[in-house]
Amino acid sequence: MLKVNNIDVFYGDLQVLWDVSFEVREGEILVLIGANGAGKSTTIKTLSSLLTPAKGTIEYGGIRLDQQEPHEIIQLGIVHVPEGRRLFAEMSVEENLIMGSLYGEAKAKRYETMEHVFELFPRMKERRKQMAGTLSGGEQQMAAIGRGLMSLPKIMMFDEPSLGLAPILVQEIFEMIKRIKEEGVTILLVEQNVTQTLAMCDRAYVLENGRIVLEGAGSELMENEQVKEAFLGI
Amino acid sequence: MEVFLQTLVAGILKGGLYGLIGIGMSLIMGVMGIINLAHGQLMMVAMYVTFVLSHYLGIDPYISLFVSMPALFFLGVVIQKYTLNPLMEVDSILPENQVLMTVGIGMVLTEIARFIFTSDYKSVQTNYSDATFYLGEISFSVALVIAFCIAIGFTLFMFWFLLKTDIGRSIRATAQDKDAALLMGVNSKRITVITFGLGSALVAAAGTVLMPIYYLFPDIGGPFTRKAFVITILGGLGSTVGAIFGGLTLGLAEAFGATYIGMAYDDMIGLLIFILVLLFLPGGFKRLTKI
Repeated sequence: MLKVNNIDVFYGDLQVLWDVSFEVREGEILVLIGANGAGKSTTIKTLSSLLTPAKGTIEYGGIRLDQQEPHEIIQLGIVHVPEGRRLFAEMSVEENLIMGSLYGEAKAKRYETMEHVFELFPRMKERRKQMAGTLSGGEQQMAAIGRGLMSLPKIMMFDEPSLGLAPILVQEIFEMIKRIKEEGVTILLVEQNVTQTLAMCDRAYVLENGRIVLEGAGSELMENEQVKEAFLGI
Repeated sequence: MEVFLQTLVAGILKGGLYGLIGIGMSLIMGVMGIINLAHGQLMMVAMYVTFVLSHYLGIDPYISLFVSMPALFFLGVVIQKYTLNPLMEVDSILPENQVLMTVGIGMVLTEIARFIFTSDYKSVQTNYSDATFYLGEISFSVALVIAFCIAIGFTLFMFWFLLKTDIGRSIRATAQDKDAALLMGVNSKRITVITFGLGSALVAAAGTVLMPIYYLFPDIGGPFTRKAFVITILGGLGSTVGAIFGGLTLGLAEAFGATYIGMAYDDMIGLLIFILVLLFLPGGFKRLTKI
């Protein structure tokens, strides 16, 4: 569905990703795990065209994703739920959701989709008129996911959705991601929360210092000695 | 007491217009993160457009809004697209240098106006330019009241536009978090161009409705750029609601300064308030509002 071929990515002169290749398959939950600074967020930002690879290609249904402008990505059915939620703080929850549906079919079905988001997150319905900046961390994450869903995505990319949330909320967010997958959305998840994400994903890639060092099914990687040592502390 | 009320009325009427000038600058500040130091000069251009239409074609200044606003919208679009946006492409140029570019644009506009119209004072005389009406003991300048109403009209329209349309929401979203707006599919370059056009059109409206009661010369832009700057700072950078309060404050301060201290000091009073706000309410009136 989406293929990343041998990309090198730089921040200025600093190379962050080295020859990274992977594939996202339709209908799966794919996870990228790795330590701080391994290049997970950089990978997602490159898929969103916020960064451009110096070498390599990104293919998505016959389109070269790496040649698109950042604002065009969402119209291709790929939405990025960014690290730190990045809601529009001085807009209401409802307006934040509207911002997710600016184009085409998403715009035509705006209020229909919004009802669906409110079904998934009843709390968002209660808070629809509230400024996004005044929501709690968990609620902000729900609003950010809701905003992403508003674009009727085929692929949803999450950057550290569990960051800064209490364990019970993390559980809730992960349940929601699984539910979104069941609705037919392909998921690409970047996480430091290795134990829980490996348990819920279909496949995973391990990033280390900007290179992919391991790949496999989530259950397989859980048993892998390297992963155990590096991330699970066993 | 009458003098007080008369001054209050004059201040509010002037403040409404200042608000309109300030909103344009605030929008640009919010989205691009820069102060547009050609704002008053854009207003000057709109005033000359109005003057030419009235002087040579006999068109009423209020009708010429239909020409001056689109013309300045277009000028604003051209300035943003061909002079400011190219600066952002170059990594070695700090984004702040766009401000210097606006200073240069202001100078060029002023000198072009001087070249075409010379430095002579111009004005547009209409049969209502000097008309007044009375409510009790208080006199109202007809032209100023009309200008105030038009300013309020455009201000309300602007709020409706920002709050209720997708482009308006995209403008606010870009001002609040540019990268997140990009991820939502907002074409930020297009938004900067639209915003600069809108800001220019709004200040054009203010300039045009001022024409029946004001005189015009090429250097009139500078003082208005300064006023717009003060209004924007008073309001809290980038806040549109704040800009209205900032405009009213400046209008009232100038009116009361002129009445109770002396005509020559009205600019000084405005700047004094400006300094006091910077000292005691940094962040401006935005701290007191939310939009």
